[in-house]
Amino acid sequence: MRFIARKLGFYLAAAWVALTVNFLLPRFIPGNPVEVLIARMQQSGPTPPGEAQALAKLLGLGSGNIFQRYGQYVDSVAHLRLGLSVSDFPTPVSSEIASSIFWTLILVGVATVISFVLGVGLGALAGWKRGTWLDAIVPSTTLLTAMPYFWFGLILVYVFATNVFHVLPASNGYDTSAALTVGFNGPFIASAAEHAILPALSIIVTSIGGWLLGMRNMMVSTLSEDYVVAAEAKGLTSSRIMIGYAARNAVLPSISGFAISLGFVVSGAIAMEYVFSYPGLGFKLVTAVSNDDYPLMQGIFLVITLAVLGANLVVDLLHGFIDPRTRIAR
Amino acid sequence: MTATNITSAGPDAAPGAGGPDGAGLGGSGRLGRLREAFRSRRLVAGTSIVGFFVLLGLIGPFFIGNPNHIGGPQYAAPSVHYWLGTTQIGQDVFAQLVVSTRASLEIGVGAALLATIISIILGISGGYAGGFIDEAVSLLSNVVLVIPTLPLVIVILAYVKSGGLVPLIVIIALTSWAASARVLRAQTLSVRNREYVLAARASCERPWRIVLVEIMPNELPIIVSQFIFGMIFAILTQAALAFIGLGDPSLLTWGNMLNIAYSDEALSAGAWWWILPPGLCIALLGMGLALINFSLDELLNPRLRVYRPRRPARGVPAAPAGPAGFAGTAS
Repeated sequence: MRFIARKLGFYLAAAWVALTVNFLLPRFIPGNPVEVLIARMQQSGPTPPGEAQALAKLLGLGSGNIFQRYGQYVDSVAHLRLGLSVSDFPTPVSSEIASSIFWTLILVGVATVISFVLGVGLGALAGWKRGTWLDAIVPSTTLLTAMPYFWFGLILVYVFATNVFHVLPASNGYDTSAALTVGFNGPFIASAAEHAILPALSIIVTSIGGWLLGMRNMMVSTLSEDYVVAAEAKGLTSSRIMIGYAARNAVLPSISGFAISLGFVVSGAIAMEYVFSYPGLGFKLVTAVSNDDYPLMQGIFLVITLAVLGANLVVDLLHGFIDPRTRIAR
Repeated sequence: MTATNITSAGPDAAPGAGGPDGAGLGGSGRLGRLREAFRSRRLVAGTSIVGFFVLLGLIGPFFIGNPNHIGGPQYAAPSVHYWLGTTQIGQDVFAQLVVSTRASLEIGVGAALLATIISIILGISGGYAGGFIDEAVSLLSNVVLVIPTLPLVIVILAYVKSGGLVPLIVIIALTSWAASARVLRAQTLSVRNREYVLAARASCERPWRIVLVEIMPNELPIIVSQFIFGMIFAILTQAALAFIGLGDPSLLTWGNMLNIAYSDEALSAGAWWWILPPGLCIALLGMGLALINFSLDELLNPRLRVYRPRRPARGVPAAPAGPAGFAGTAS
């Protein structure tokens, strides 16, 4: 119980830091951003009354001293009053986020899990068969890890979509030219899956090396433990020793590393979504930045950060559940 | 990375890094170690790759004319005259690549250096001081570690809107020091109660001198390894930022080249010679740096050396020190 409370406290502190950074940053905008933004909104249509005040509160530029402004800002965020998008006026930022978050969640989530399972599995095998050809190719995965996600995505587009083979779509999340209704229906899901292959592949290929290497090294360390020798002495089958004794213990650091690497994967996915014009949060963030759409930018930053923190919390709690030592230690 | 790894990395690295001669203070010992190290094929490969890029970045630009010179044909394929072809407006891709090497390396080294300095100050002093300072510093570094870096850097850059190398280096460094601060803190915790540190404390050495003269030299290998990971991270981050259009357009880097190539539709024009080389340079340099780190781990971690005789010969190098190495790659 105490373990859960501590973890919860830590992630609340992290969320508070992210929230506060987000509050402080708009101060760097030169000039009066509220006036500029309202002027731009008015070019695209009439602004609702009170929008200027709401925007000022959201950007932490409201009235009163800094503490009052902070209070107004927290109040806006807590009530999800994230303002209106400037580049896509007058869509509220919250519905912009709602329309794109599932694309990213599903794509990045599925790709990360596939990459983790494949990488850990292959790593366990390479560590188990250390010294064989399988183990010998492990160092070459550093090349994969050092590749920028987005560049590998470009290469995939070149090879499989636009120039060499014309087998897979190069951009968008689904076939926008065909008359498809977005929702839970066969043709749409088929189209979305087809469009997700290349983006997912670019995440999997570039992130698998880290899992593979970490798991392989832990596996090699674990194999020298006494309990593995004891298991061998008992005459257990080698597959049982490998999975039940060695891999089971060697996987723990990879699971705890999962949390940290999630932020890395999400970061990589931003530039990757830009390559594929994938309708997720990353692509929206890039569009918002290039349009100086501060409310949208701020909303997406908060959502991405909170999502990563939430996922970290879940992994941490899971890790405490799997490995009792982490519950008492520290 | 998380604490499980740190704790397992701590004792692992300690015997190699610890002890008065451990960090290579003795002359002959160091030479012997270096010779031993260069028997590792990974280190030779890694240093050759990195050395090649450093030379290219240092002296290459002197042999290349103005990389932005528009003189060639548009989208010419690689030929004897244009080694890597030309861009959409007829610039020499090879010249751009060489000039980009310098700025990309500058960003990598600058950001990694700054991040390493921050992590030394916070990590070692936190670990040495203990108590409240330690608690506060490790809370801070854990928080910085879990907040996803790239979205944060993107948002900061979008607000600050300043071009040039220095702001970029500072922003990347300020968001990437946390992982190495954690590793250094863990190592300091294991070193601070060794006899020679206690002896220095007993003879009333000043704290800053104990940290700088007694503790830091023994953590030098870890610091170097964290610096190398910092460099990979900074180069990758800069490339991603420049690619999505947040780079200084007047600055020629690998990421900027990719950004221009992508927005000028090099893909649909089939100009693979414009897209392929910058990314390949990033990946190769990153691989070279990672290889150096692996052999560094292997050299300093006796536990890994124990495995060598057990493996069948064929010169398969021993395992890189898993946790610490993995931490850097993943975060």
